[in-house]
Amino acid sequence: MKLTAIKGNNVNLQSGSNELFSNPDPDTAREFFRSKSRAMVNKVTTAREAVKTLLNDGDYLAIGGFGANRIPTAILHEICRQGKKNLAFAGHTSTHDMQILVAGGCIDRLDAAYIIGLEARGLSPNARRAVESGSIKLTEWTNATLSWRIKAAAMGLSYVPARNLMGTDTFRYSASKEVLCPFTGKKLVAHPALYPDLAAIHVHECDIYGNARVFGASVSDQDLARASKRVILTAERIIHNDEIRRKPHETFIPFWCVDAVVEVPYGSYPGNMPYEYFSDEEYLKQWLTIEKDPDGFRKFFNEQIMETTDFNGYLGLNGGIDKMLKLRAIEHMIDKA
Amino acid sequence: MADYNPMELMICVAARNLEDGATVVVGTGAPCAAAMLAQKTHSPNLTIMFEAGGVAPILPAMPISVGDSRTFHKAILASSMPDIMETCQRGMVDYTFLGGAQIDMYGNINSTMIGSDHAKPRVRFPGSGGANDLASLCWRTMMMTPQDNKRFTEKLDFITSPGYLTGGTSRYDAGLPVGTGPYRIITNMAIMGFDEESKRMKVLSINPGYARKDIQDNCGFELLWDDAITNTEPPSSQELRLLRDEVDPHRYIIGR
Repeated sequence: MKLTAIKGNNVNLQSGSNELFSNPDPDTAREFFRSKSRAMVNKVTTAREAVKTLLNDGDYLAIGGFGANRIPTAILHEICRQGKKNLAFAGHTSTHDMQILVAGGCIDRLDAAYIIGLEARGLSPNARRAVESGSIKLTEWTNATLSWRIKAAAMGLSYVPARNLMGTDTFRYSASKEVLCPFTGKKLVAHPALYPDLAAIHVHECDIYGNARVFGASVSDQDLARASKRVILTAERIIHNDEIRRKPHETFIPFWCVDAVVEVPYGSYPGNMPYEYFSDEEYLKQWLTIEKDPDGFRKFFNEQIMETTDFNGYLGLNGGIDKMLKLRAIEHMIDKA
Repeated sequence: MADYNPMELMICVAARNLEDGATVVVGTGAPCAAAMLAQKTHSPNLTIMFEAGGVAPILPAMPISVGDSRTFHKAILASSMPDIMETCQRGMVDYTFLGGAQIDMYGNINSTMIGSDHAKPRVRFPGSGGANDLASLCWRTMMMTPQDNKRFTEKLDFITSPGYLTGGTSRYDAGLPVGTGPYRIITNMAIMGFDEESKRMKVLSINPGYARKDIQDNCGFELLWDDAITNTEPPSSQELRLLRDEVDPHRYIIGR
């Protein structure tokens, strides 16, 4: 077989100049995963206990779902209540999740794809102030890039090549690097693998071992559960393991990825949970409005989150089961909306 | 002639660009309305995708989020973000729509920040989200926006999403897939395309009620003008009826 060198190697390859907040080395990850438990044991616990034992100050945190859709709100609240500090965060279309964590003062490093905005609802004044003040270090990415960085980690690699970002300031302020394809000689971007320390993902149902099902758009969560060193699942409901074994093709996340299981009905509130309940748009609007006044917002945030004991207490403050049933009706009447 | 507002005109013009059988990734708001209108007029087989994973939904109403339940309501696929982005990267997505705070003569778009210090921006916006990905990987990128000198600017504070970069072949020299790039910029005043050689923004069609001077006066860089410049066809009464009665009956978008 004839071996030939790639032609056109005098290409000027660029690197993004901003900081990489996580270690992409696959062997460091393998060392961790080597000792991660594979036991199929009962992992049911409380949000408080899960956050206390699985999240350390300074860790890299990723949240499942998309924006305010299928988010693990109870875990986000608990992270604030326990005063976790100096977290790095994957801002992968993060909206209400980031709004909560910024209010709690939990984040100091941010991989930004989509931040501070709540899509069609507007921008979060409090998160915006925090980012504009320079108190949070930012590296720029995109939704696809963060998806692929997580995918690279799920594959046990150090990077994945792609064809986005090139020629832009988004690349310049990222931590990706241009490379030449060894097969075609074409320029590609190498996106570094992202192995979060902890991912919290809200699912429709799972068993006590963490075998989970999700219905609707999966966003990046199948890769995220596999890429993360530790995973907390919150679930709308816990189901029997027989049910998982009856339909193994429906398993979205397998137990060996999962460290803790917390049953939290209406756990994505005030966000949307597909096929279960729609988002509480009035409540999200209330946050955006009250955030304009920092003192008023501090009081609101304390009442809503810091001084409530658990997620049921929080739901109680916001209309309780009557409100949840209304949001359920909206989701099921979506044709008539 | 039917009475209409600038948003209604822009949505109708955008919809006319989406041919039957094409694929389009849309966000919330006007792009979604344009895609829905296209389906109800000339493009029943237009496939609408959302970046969080929804594919070909029967949209009951305007989504609030590109990942909310409506984006895969009665869809043919509730997929994932990597799958949608990889479908774009494989060359299977024809169109996308972007928004932004600034655009330059090569169709580069800023949706990240205003100011010169990235670590401490004067004004911070959400950032790329999927915008850079879609602008890099879809065949044709469109933008619907009101036109003024602040938005249509000589130099961007930050290039979030690639247009034709510095013109000519620079986009492809940078490594982006050949044949991709900005296609139409639809404003309240005109429809713009891009010159084949220089890749500079070029006025193709003038909207009713505006003159060349209005369009140039509301643009922060020098525009090129097509040799065969036309007058934009105003929305038809059928387009307006569908838009108002079926696409956006609550006037979430067209009432802005």
